[in-house]
Amino acid sequence: MKVLVAVKRVIDYNVKIRVKADNTGVETANVKMSMNPFDEIAVEEAIRMKEKGAATEVIAFSAGPAQCQETIRTALAMGADRGVLVQTDAELQPLAVAKLLKAVVDKEQPGLVIVGKQAIDDDSNQTGQMLAALLGWSVGTFANKLNVADGSVEVKREVDGGLENIKIKMPAVITTDLRLNEPRYASLPNIMKAKKKPIETLAPDALGVDVAPRLKTLKVEEPPKRKAGIKVKTVAELVEKLRNEAGVI
Amino acid sequence: MAVYKAPIKDIQFVLNEVIDVSKLAKLPGYEDATPDTIHAIVEEAAKLCENVLFPLNRTGDEEGCHYENGVVRTPKGFKEAYKQFAEGGWTGITCDPEYGGQGLPATVGFALQEMFTASNQAFAMYPGLSHGAYEALSRHGSDELKKRYLPKLADGTWSGTMCLTEPHCGTDLGMLRTKAEPQADGSYSLSGTKIFISAGEHDLTENIVHLVLARLPDAPGGTKGISLFIVPKFLPKADGSVGERNGIRCGAIEHKMGIKANATCVMNLDGATGWLVGEANKGMTAMFVMMNAARLGVGMQGLGIAETSYQSAVAYARDRLQGRSLTGPKNAGGPADPIIVHPDVRRMLMIQKSFTEGARALALWVGMLIDEAHSHPDAATREAADDLIQMLTPIIKAYFTDMGSECANLAVQTWGGHGFIRENGVEQFVRDARITQLYEGTNGIQALDLVGRKLPMKGGRAAQRLLGEISGFIAQHKGNEKMKEFVEPLEKAMGRVQDSALFLMQNAMKNPDEAGGAASDLLRLMALTAMAYMWNRIVVASHKGLEAANDNAFYEAKIATARFFMARVLPQTVSLNHQIKAGASTLMALPAEAF
Ligand SMILES: Cc1cc2nc3c(=O)[nH]c(=O)nc-3n(C[C@H](O)[C@H](O)[C@H](O)COP(=O)(O)OP(=O)(O)OC[C@H]3O[C@@H](n4cnc5c(N)ncnc54)[C@H](O)[C@@H]3O)c2cc1C
Ligand SMILES: Cc1cc2nc3c(=O)[nH]c(=O)nc-3n(C[C@H](O)[C@H](O)[C@H](O)COP(=O)(O)OP(=O)(O)OC[C@H]3O[C@@H](n4cnc5c(N)ncnc54)[C@H](O)[C@@H]3O)c2cc1C
Repeated sequence: MKVLVAVKRVIDYNVKIRVKADNTGVETANVKMSMNPFDEIAVEEAIRMKEKGAATEVIAFSAGPAQCQETIRTALAMGADRGVLVQTDAELQPLAVAKLLKAVVDKEQPGLVIVGKQAIDDDSNQTGQMLAALLGWSVGTFANKLNVADGSVEVKREVDGGLENIKIKMPAVITTDLRLNEPRYASLPNIMKAKKKPIETLAPDALGVDVAPRLKTLKVEEPPKRKAGIKVKTVAELVEKLRNEAGVI
Repeated sequence: MAVYKAPIKDIQFVLNEVIDVSKLAKLPGYEDATPDTIHAIVEEAAKLCENVLFPLNRTGDEEGCHYENGVVRTPKGFKEAYKQFAEGGWTGITCDPEYGGQGLPATVGFALQEMFTASNQAFAMYPGLSHGAYEALSRHGSDELKKRYLPKLADGTWSGTMCLTEPHCGTDLGMLRTKAEPQADGSYSLSGTKIFISAGEHDLTENIVHLVLARLPDAPGGTKGISLFIVPKFLPKADGSVGERNGIRCGAIEHKMGIKANATCVMNLDGATGWLVGEANKGMTAMFVMMNAARLGVGMQGLGIAETSYQSAVAYARDRLQGRSLTGPKNAGGPADPIIVHPDVRRMLMIQKSFTEGARALALWVGMLIDEAHSHPDAATREAADDLIQMLTPIIKAYFTDMGSECANLAVQTWGGHGFIRENGVEQFVRDARITQLYEGTNGIQALDLVGRKLPMKGGRAAQRLLGEISGFIAQHKGNEKMKEFVEPLEKAMGRVQDSALFLMQNAMKNPDEAGGAASDLLRLMALTAMAYMWNRIVVASHKGLEAANDNAFYEAKIATARFFMARVLPQTVSLNHQIKAGASTLMALPAEAF
């Protein structure tokens, strides 16, 4: 069974995000970029499946500018076998990515697609679900634990109230949550080997996908600055402020 | 709290824009070391440093090593971290692929070494010493020894040590007494006591490979009668597994000022079995080859500590509100301004910043020279590179480690009273940095090496090579108006080096104490000149960067820091020049009893 994992190039989680002066988006020039942390978890899970013999090949997919090659290389250094880059400088929204993924799934015929539940830049939490809908496959979101057996996957899901166990039929789409695993660091020999692993580059056109954005960004602003705190004298005063000033209870 | 984030962007800048690391992949044997691969390696190593090694730095210092009945336990977490480090292949970065290493160039090794030490000096010494042992064996060991030991050292299953020092001799190894008696089977039986042996005993690896200096029964006295031996803790069996326990045991560990998580051991050899490495009575020569590499490594420790110190100082200076800016409040809404507004705090930060960034460029340039000296197809290029390395080795060892200590102290000073408090983790840098000025030859000995050995070497050829390199740069950039403010001070500093050297040539023959008395000052003078040269190269690279109009703030900061260095650090060369020419007479005037 092949496993396809999606890896997105995002601003590194350590970077303090700055909004562009013209409010059209966030500053990405000269900013450290890394693999979306949820995608690292996806890659790790796929590699573990391969190590256990549950998967035969791990393919890392990314969509975006040429530099996404670096992100794919990171996945290859962790242990993925080869990469597919759909190269475009266009803005990519979740639906476009889901369509691109579908086109690659049609070509590659994986038994599982594992993606992060969201990317830490736009926090959309949509791509996995949209992909499953486009493919007509089952989907297990917010995975906390996976177990592949006999053509189905048992997924322990992180839901508001706790953990939910479901069993879904394969082929399937999985979206990873934070506690699914702890991604490994790539070893030095594997970084060197990754250099020699193949990355196929495709264009959205060649896949017959129109990636034009369906949503329009009106304005991007910094969140309001946190106001200084105050001390309250009694619990009653706290409750009163939470209810009437903050309006949260 | 102390902080550390690997300075990836700055390392990349030096590699790609100052020293042009793309040249490496054109050298035979280093085809895989392309800029993108090096980038990936640095980024992955950074994760390990920030998330695994750095968190163990303070806990390791607090707990220290434990000794009980000859057994040494490293602090909590070290074993696991070492396992991860070795499994990740980080013990074999520059080792030969034939023995399981990654065969990467020294330049890459240097960049990583800075990061490893910056995040945890005591930890980094364990693999560091193994690498020293690897180098000595790979250059001087027989094929049989190499086959047996190198793969284990490269993959980190075994570690290594250097056993030179004895209770009565540290600097003056000619006095050493450890004996080696030839045995019928071609091995040797070693007896004696070694002290201060870093990583002499610990629980990180299944075996420890000691490289021991000792004397054969018929050996001449002094340094010409010293041979090098390999003495493993456990005698290896034919299949490579560990066998019988050998007669080399740890008698105690030192209680010391810093690097507490690195075991400093008394090693007793009691009829221990060893094998000769290289030729009989040529042990010092063999050791010196390895020592030169190790001295550069210790220099990198100075840089690493300076970097963590600097980062910790900056983080605090932005946060700590104290006093108002002399030019009016900069944080009007707050109770006071962050101390980064004060000129005196800026002074401390700029000294650190101008050191770490300039030193990184100098170190990585030397890394590149090492790779050229090793692999360049052209013999003249190899020779030129080797001359420069020889010249710069004592300079880097002594200047970088002196500055490592200074930067660590400046970090404490920036932190005020809170820098003195253990929980904040900054005072540890002062204690850890201190050893780097002492081991691998004290800094005083580095200065003597520079003056007594490197300057006169090959009729002054190596010294001329360094001056030639710098004057070539000056000639090339002198006409450039934008470079004037950097090239002129460099040229003047170089003039002071020449003037000081001339004074020594005229006086040291008559009275050798003149050379000894000038040595440390001359080393500093040459170090500052080499730094000024690197800052010039950084400025050239930054002008290029600005032309591309990309990330201007980064390049402008480089140029501003270069200006600080020229204006407020390099003038020390004036007084150094005066001090040297004042001669040694005032140093030696008092009879010893007068002290
Ligand atoms: C924590 C630690 C770890 C160490 N690790 C190792 C190790 O792994 N292996 C190992 O073999 N050794 C190791 N050492 C020993 C270290 O290399 C020596 O301490 C060092 O070489 C200095 O020798 P010494 O202490 O005997 O000082 P001395 O040689 O007694 O020197 C004392 C002072 O006199 C000066 N001096 C001495 N001779 C001269 C001279 N001819 N001209 C001018 N000045 C001179 C020195 O510069 C110094 O300032 C370690 C030491 C420590 C403290
Ligand atoms: C072991 C110990 C014992 C002590 N004993 C006593 C005691 O008995 N009684 C007592 O009252 N206190 C005591 N102190 C406190 C000590 O006097 C203070 O730590 C010291 O005055 C520095 O203040 P700070 O630590 O708040 O540093 P900060 O004032 O925060 O200074 C941090 C850094 O900013 C610089 N800085 C601050 N303001 C300015 C400015 N306006 N211009 C330029 N630079 C500036 C400082 O020089 C320093 O480098 C003790 C401290 C220690 C660690």
